[in-house]
Amino acid sequence: MSLLWKEFSKGLWTDLPPFKVVLGLCPVLAVTKTAYNGFGMGMAVIFVLTFSNLLVSLLRNLIPAKVRIACFIVVAASLVVCVELLMQAYAYPLYQQLGIFVPLIVVNCIILGRAEAFASKNPVYLAVADGLGMGIGFTISLTLLGSIRELFGYGTWFGLEVMGSWFEPFSFMVEAPGAFVCLGLMLAGMNAFTNWQRKTRGLDAVEGPVHDCKTCGLCAKKPAI
Amino acid sequence: MDYFVLVIAAIFVNNIVLAQYLGNCPFIGTSKESGVAIGMGLAVVFVATMAASITWCVQKYLLGPNDLAYLQTICFILVIAALVQFVEMFLKKVIPPLYKSLGIFLPLITTNCAVLGIAIICQREEYTLIETIIFSIASGAGFMLALVVLAGIRERLDLSRVPVSLKGTPLALIMAGLMSLTFFAFKGMAS
Repeated sequence: MSLLWKEFSKGLWTDLPPFKVVLGLCPVLAVTKTAYNGFGMGMAVIFVLTFSNLLVSLLRNLIPAKVRIACFIVVAASLVVCVELLMQAYAYPLYQQLGIFVPLIVVNCIILGRAEAFASKNPVYLAVADGLGMGIGFTISLTLLGSIRELFGYGTWFGLEVMGSWFEPFSFMVEAPGAFVCLGLMLAGMNAFTNWQRKTRGLDAVEGPVHDCKTCGLCAKKPAI
Repeated sequence: MDYFVLVIAAIFVNNIVLAQYLGNCPFIGTSKESGVAIGMGLAVVFVATMAASITWCVQKYLLGPNDLAYLQTICFILVIAALVQFVEMFLKKVIPPLYKSLGIFLPLITTNCAVLGIAIICQREEYTLIETIIFSIASGAGFMLALVVLAGIRERLDLSRVPVSLKGTPLALIMAGLMSLTFFAFKGMAS
């Protein structure tokens, strides 16, 4: 039980994507114009990630090592097609808002990274806990970033008016440059917090997590497709 | 003339990284040295163009007539994965010098959302085959431009003193934001 909790909770803080594990940046930047869009994208990722972890873990003894990446991609792509059809049926406005980034969930490094690094090596219940935890962590991050950008860019939060009429929204925040700068500053804040924690324990300051494609485990090894 | 507008729009106005948020992982991940950045950029131009034209044919002659449009995502990613593997084998056999310089980047490209993104954008905009080829070359060039410029900035930044918490990814993202702001000047020149 404690192992299950450990795998679930690591996605919420110690390995929180995309701040501690810098992966899957495209949707993070693109869909966080509003908190609602970020939340919707997070939900789609939770679904795909949990079920892809479940399936990959179930099939882990059947998939030959040589073609494993191709198999993971097929699993992820089938789930993304499910999400696309479900969103078209039940959340069409959101589907239109997210646009091209719904099909692009399939190349989100988090999905393939977790399949490769975790689900293909662990039993089903742990893989599902890992997928849920990572997915929820990702959703929280996206909603937070979306909230900040929406608050300053439109003066609203989840579509509700929060800033008074005196507030002049600065559209920088909801355009592309704002996304990059806002995420950069949040990452820096996260690193500053880690370093403050380390300082109280008498350790030296360290550089934040590196964004290397290597962290997703796919690029470090040559994928054999 | 229309093609000229298409090229300018794809490189500057709707730059694939700085305005459309595609391919950010390799954009941040491979921009530490300009040599690596150029290699990655060339590999993306090459694979994106081939992938976009092949997926265009797949959509037009296989998925469209058979009413299988909902399989678009899964088909496209499989085509790209197979293509990358094929290109790698081909280069290794036929043009070893090119393989030496581009080879290490090819496996990274399967999960590069710029490649799949360009293929899907071409479908959504309903481009013809010629337009698809021109658009994907131009988009790839836009990716390469952004990547090489960022690599140049980051090489300079390595020599300057910055707060330790900002070092690395955070500063790279902020620089990308400033570059994106610069590219904003092109907004409205073409749609």
